[in-house]
Amino acid sequence: MIEPSVGFALFGSGPAAVSNPLGGPAPLIDVHAHFHGPRSSHVDANEYNRSRIDAGRRIGVRCHVASVLGSWGRTSPTYFPSPDDLTMANHWMLRLAGSSHGAVRAFVAVNPNHPTHALQEIQRGVEQGAIGIKLAASRRADDVLLDEIGAAAAQHRLPVLHHVWQHRRRDWPNQDASDGVELARLAARHPAVTFILAHIGGGGDWAHTFPAVREVPNVVMDLAGSGIDRGMMDEAVLWVGAQRVLWAADLTLCTGLTKLRALDVMGLSAPDIADIRWRNAVRIFPAGAFASVVPQ
Amino acid sequence: MSPPSATATSATATNLFASVDVHCWIGGYPFREIPHPDPDVLVKVLTREGFGTAWVGHLPGAFHRDPTASNRALYTALGPYAPTLLPAPIVRPDWPGWRVELERAKSEGAMAVRAYPMQWGYGPESSALAELAYACGESGLILQLTVRFEDLRQRHPMDSAGDLSAAAVRAVARLPESRCHLMVLGGGRELIEEIYWGLTTAEQARVWFDFGWVWGPPENHFAHLVRTMSGQRFVVGSAWPLRLTQQCRALVDLLPPAAFPAFVLAEGAAIAHHARRHAKTD
Repeated sequence: MIEPSVGFALFGSGPAAVSNPLGGPAPLIDVHAHFHGPRSSHVDANEYNRSRIDAGRRIGVRCHVASVLGSWGRTSPTYFPSPDDLTMANHWMLRLAGSSHGAVRAFVAVNPNHPTHALQEIQRGVEQGAIGIKLAASRRADDVLLDEIGAAAAQHRLPVLHHVWQHRRRDWPNQDASDGVELARLAARHPAVTFILAHIGGGGDWAHTFPAVREVPNVVMDLAGSGIDRGMMDEAVLWVGAQRVLWAADLTLCTGLTKLRALDVMGLSAPDIADIRWRNAVRIFPAGAFASVVPQ
Repeated sequence: MSPPSATATSATATNLFASVDVHCWIGGYPFREIPHPDPDVLVKVLTREGFGTAWVGHLPGAFHRDPTASNRALYTALGPYAPTLLPAPIVRPDWPGWRVELERAKSEGAMAVRAYPMQWGYGPESSALAELAYACGESGLILQLTVRFEDLRQRHPMDSAGDLSAAAVRAVARLPESRCHLMVLGGGRELIEEIYWGLTTAEQARVWFDFGWVWGPPENHFAHLVRTMSGQRFVVGSAWPLRLTQQCRALVDLLPPAAFPAFVLAEGAAIAHHARRHAKTD
């Protein structure tokens, strides 16, 4: 099996910041990124990974906090990854992060249907430098099976990035998606853990999410997703405040750049924009996680 | 060696975007609140984003049965902002008096008219839509078809019309002897490719697409489409006030610079000029 490249092939000899980034010169952290690892379903994992790094550099992303969702459907379903696929994906993801000169940090991705394996992966991930836990859609967010993972997150002081379907009104194929209400229940049971509600632009009705999590202070939201509805970011900040909103791109760096440019004309203060671009991430992730790429 | 500049394509893009945004509306949307969808705001947005003009429809009218009042409201609202904002009124070809509406569109300075076949319940090979396409071709007006207003995953339960199908667009583009210049608004990569590669070369030459819904990196769908179809099939359309206006420029800025040293988009005004030149004059 040929593994996608890590290290020099992707990052060269060190950080290569561009002189005039498309997303502006201020620090920028993408808290919701993905790569393709070994045995991926993607037709060209190397091309995808290189495209993400190159476009990220051009936009001005200083760090991608990323995960690999198993084999992305090739040998087990993307949102129900098998333990073997997750072990292989996390192993590669940690190698990628370790070879990136700080340009990439790793989430450890787990499937709560396999609790013992999930806890082992979290432990191994922490030992090898993971800075967060990624939960996709293998089980509803408020299921009791997630409680051990929540406890592990609290023990290791890791944030949890949780895939969310904004206002899930029915079951969708290939996933046990959760919405803001369901994530809020989990967050209420684990008040010491910060939960990143994934991609408010990633599908579903974002207007439902904001009131669902407003009173749950340990839920923050990322802006990722292909959705670029006018009013979405304004309402997000209005409901929960800029200190609970984080810029991210997920599968579409293009809409990420669009949102960065829109942030600049929304009427936000400079400190609020800095919070969304990177300072909230510095606060939420373990101390020193981004020390090599942004001011402390 | 100096560090690479991220804005390598931006200078080119700046020139491209000094022209027309072919896909704007004014007015409210029935299924959610949208911030200040007013013509004075649109003019400010165009100035801020570097666009010269916009072709503007009346958003509420897309969901009405009779578009007449909607068009009247559109002409009144845009009048003070001509020629920066040009009307793109609705012509519903199964409604009495539609040919009068088409003539009125021309006299009001429209370059394009819009039809909403899904909202009107037309099938993929609608004879009414075919009639409209022929009439647009003979009048020298571009026919714009909207694929969608919102992502399928977030729609109101009452918004059940569905996306415009590639088959419906192909049926219009394949009409024999048609002079119709067709713009497809709001399509993604799969729909665009299914339309484009389902047409003859002559038919392809009369169809353009806006690209604000196409994905950029890391998947690079837009780069793929430009590589396989050329930039000349694509026009700038933002879907304001529903969507952020910055997306088309972001997609162009993020094209891999080495692969696209001389990138050129189609230009709405040039297409409109071409449509008028090929209108029936006898």
